[in-house]
Amino acid sequence: MEASAFDEMHGDGSATRDAYARVAQWLAETPDDYLQTRRAQAELFFRRIGITFAVYGDAEADERLIPFDIVPRILSRAEWRRLEAGLVQRVQALNAFLRDIYGPREILRAGIVPEELILRNPQFCLPAIGIEPAHGVYTHIAGIDIVRTGHDQFYVLEDNARTPSGVSYMLENREVMLRLLPELFDRHRVAPVDDYPEELLATLRSVAPPRCKDAPTVAVLTPGFHNSAYYEHSFIADKLGVELVEGIDLAVSDDVLYMRTTEGPRRVDVLYRRVDDAFLDPLVFRPESMLGVPGIVAAQAAGNLTIANAIGTGIADDKAVYSYMPEIVRFYSGEAPLIENVPTWRCREPEALSYVLDHLAELVVKEVDGSGGYGMLVGPHASTAERDEFRAKLKATPDKFIAQPTLALSTCPTLADSGIVPRHVDLRPFVLTGAKGTCIVPGGLTRVALKAGSLVVNSSQGGGTKDTWVLDD
Amino acid sequence: MLSRTASALFWTGRYVERADFVSRLIDATMRLAALPSSYGGDVAAWSGALSAAGVADDYAGEHPEIAEQLALQFLSLGAANPSSMRGCVERARNNARAVRTALTVEVWEAINSAWLEMQHFGTRFDSRLTLNKLLDAVKSTALAFDGATHRTMLRDDAYWFIRLGAAIERADNTARLLDVKYHLLLPRDEPVGGSLDYFQWTTILRTVSALTAYRHVYRDSVKPWLVADLLILNRRMPRSLAACAQDTVSYLDQLASLTGRRGPAHRQAVAIAGRFANARIEALFAKGLHEVVQDFMVENNRLGMLIGEQYLF
Repeated sequence: MEASAFDEMHGDGSATRDAYARVAQWLAETPDDYLQTRRAQAELFFRRIGITFAVYGDAEADERLIPFDIVPRILSRAEWRRLEAGLVQRVQALNAFLRDIYGPREILRAGIVPEELILRNPQFCLPAIGIEPAHGVYTHIAGIDIVRTGHDQFYVLEDNARTPSGVSYMLENREVMLRLLPELFDRHRVAPVDDYPEELLATLRSVAPPRCKDAPTVAVLTPGFHNSAYYEHSFIADKLGVELVEGIDLAVSDDVLYMRTTEGPRRVDVLYRRVDDAFLDPLVFRPESMLGVPGIVAAQAAGNLTIANAIGTGIADDKAVYSYMPEIVRFYSGEAPLIENVPTWRCREPEALSYVLDHLAELVVKEVDGSGGYGMLVGPHASTAERDEFRAKLKATPDKFIAQPTLALSTCPTLADSGIVPRHVDLRPFVLTGAKGTCIVPGGLTRVALKAGSLVVNSSQGGGTKDTWVLDD
Repeated sequence: MLSRTASALFWTGRYVERADFVSRLIDATMRLAALPSSYGGDVAAWSGALSAAGVADDYAGEHPEIAEQLALQFLSLGAANPSSMRGCVERARNNARAVRTALTVEVWEAINSAWLEMQHFGTRFDSRLTLNKLLDAVKSTALAFDGATHRTMLRDDAYWFIRLGAAIERADNTARLLDVKYHLLLPRDEPVGGSLDYFQWTTILRTVSALTAYRHVYRDSVKPWLVADLLILNRRMPRSLAACAQDTVSYLDQLASLTGRRGPAHRQAVAIAGRFANARIEALFAKGLHEVVQDFMVENNRLGMLIGEQYLF
C-alpha cells in the first residue's frame, strides 16, 4: 500500500513537488543526528509547556505527550485556496442543515435525507427543536478532517461539528517550530496561524444574543483538569483572555447565566463549552451530570445566552448523516461540493450491508457515532478474529455502522529512529463561523500515523502531529 | 552611599532592562519579517527595530543598507553597537563589578554567569538556532536578575537605585517603540478584523511582552487605540509609560525616606506621572500621539539626568 500512496513531498514519483523543494534540500543537507537532537528538544519544549493529554483507561500514562514530528506538512497557496473554498461551503451547508432539521425540516420533506435517520437518531436532540441559536449559527467551531489520495484528490473523511479539539496543537506546534528550527523560517514565507485566538474571540463575540447590548462576556466551559483535553481548554481561555469556568462556577437565575466572581455574580453572554451535550444541563440531559449547569438550555432558549457550539450539533457528526453530505451541500448551496466525500456504504441499507459483509477484508468499518479512532475495523490490517467480531456486530445492529473503502492516505516524510520515512497523514482545519460569515486560519492540524503502514492518525491510537504550512506561491 | 556606587547600581538596572527589551524586540521583529509579504512581512521591519532600539545611526555608520542578517548580528552581538544584547550584558557586569559589595552574591552571580555565557557566543552567531539560544539566555538573565534582587537584597538605597534605573529604562524603551510605531496606532474608520495591520499590532505587543496581557485586560480584538492605551496609560501593564512613571515616583519616594531629602528629580518624576493621572487615550490622540510620546521621551531623559545631578553621579 505504501508504494502506491501519494507522497506529499514526492507526489507519485521521485521528483520533489515545488512546495517542498527547500524542505527537501534542508533534509538532504542536515545530518541525521542533528534532526534527532531537534526531535528530542521538541519533546522537552512540549513537556515544559505542559501540553499533555490524558488517555482514558490508561492509568500509567496519566499525562502523555502527543508525539511531534519536526518535518512540516506543506500546502501550496493554490491548494489551500481550493480547500478553503470547499471547507467554507461545507460548513455553511452544515449550519444550514442543522438550522433546518431543528426548524422547518425542509430537507426531510424534500426526501433528500431519510426522515427516520434524523428523527430516530440518538444524536437528534429534542430540546434543540424550535430554539434557533443567535444568528442561526450551530457549529461555530468545526474541525473538518481531510485526507488526500492524489495530486488533486482531497476528501472529507469526517465532520466534527460538536466540540473539535486539537487547535492548541496547531498553535503550539508552530511556536515550537519557530524556536527549534528557525533556519526553516528563514527560507520560507509561512502563512501565520497565531491570529486564530483573535478570529475565535471575534467569532464568539459576534454571536452574542442580540439583546446583549454591552460588550459580551465570553467564558470557556471545561469539565475540569481530569479531562483529556484540559490543557487545550486552559490554553484557549488564556489566549482569549476570558474565564475558564467549570459547572460549579456557574448558575442560572431567571434564565440568565452567571459566573460566581469575587465581585459577585457576573453575567455570561457567550459560553464556549467543551463539555458534551449529555453533561451540559442535568435538567434536560443526563440528570446525574455534575459537569454542567441546570437551566443553561433554558437560558439559551430565552435568548439570554449563546452556547457554542449549539446543542444538537452532534447529529452532523453521525457517519450515516455524513454519507448524505454531498446532497446536503447541493440542497442548501445549489452548488456541487468542492471537496468530495469518501464513498460510504450505509449498513442500515440491506444491499449495502450484504456488500460490506462480503468485502470486510478490504473495507474500513466505523460506528456511526464513533470518534477518536475507537470502535473501528481496518479490514486489510485486521485479524480474522477481529473481522468475525465485526461481522457479528454488523448483523446484530447494522444501523450503527457504515463502511468505506480503505483509502491510500497520502504520506509525508516523517522522522523515525531510522531516519526519514513516509507516514500517512490527514489534516484537520478549524473552521470558524460567526454572525459575519465563515473564516479559516490557513493550515490546521496535521495528524500523522507513526507506525509504518498504519492509517490511524488519532492521538488516542498513538498518532502524532506536525506543523502545517501554507506557503505563498 | 557613594555617588559612584549609586550610579553603577542605577546603570546596572538600566542595562539589564535594555538587554531584555532588545531580545524581545529581535524576537518579535523576526516573526514579523518572516511573514509572507501579503501579511506585511518585509525587511523594512528591521529599520523600525533599529530605530526602536535607538541604534539606527550606529547601524547606518556600519552598514549602508538594511538587511535582516546584518541587523540581527548588529542588535545581538554587534561590537559597534553599544546597546547590543552582548554590549548591555557587558556593561551591566562592568557596573556590577565596580560595586560588587553593594550586591548580594545571588545578584552578582546572575549577572556574571550571563556575561560568561555571552563569551561563548563570541561576536557573531553562526545560525538562527544559536541566535534563539542567545535570546533565551538574555531573557533568563533578566528573570534571574530581577528575581535575585527581589528575593535577596535589603530594601535599602542599593535596591532602589537598581529599580530606579530599570524603571527609567523601561519607560524609555516603551516610548522609543511607540515613537517608531505610533502611526500604526492612530484611530481610523476602517472596520477592524482581518486587517493586515493585525500582525503589526501584535508585533508591538510582543515586543513589550503583552500580547496575552492585552486580551486579559480588554477582552477584545486587537484594536490600535487599545494597544496605545495599554502601552501608555494602563497602570496594570508594568511597561506602560504611566506605570513606569508611577514606579519612578515611588522609588524616589523610597530613596527620599532613607535620605530624608527630596530634590529636582523628585519634582520632575511627579510632574511626568501627573500628566497621565486621569488622562484618557482620546485626549492623547487629540493632542497628537507622536507629540505626546516625543515629549515623554524628552522629559524622561531629563529625569534620568536630574537623578544623576541630585545624587551627584
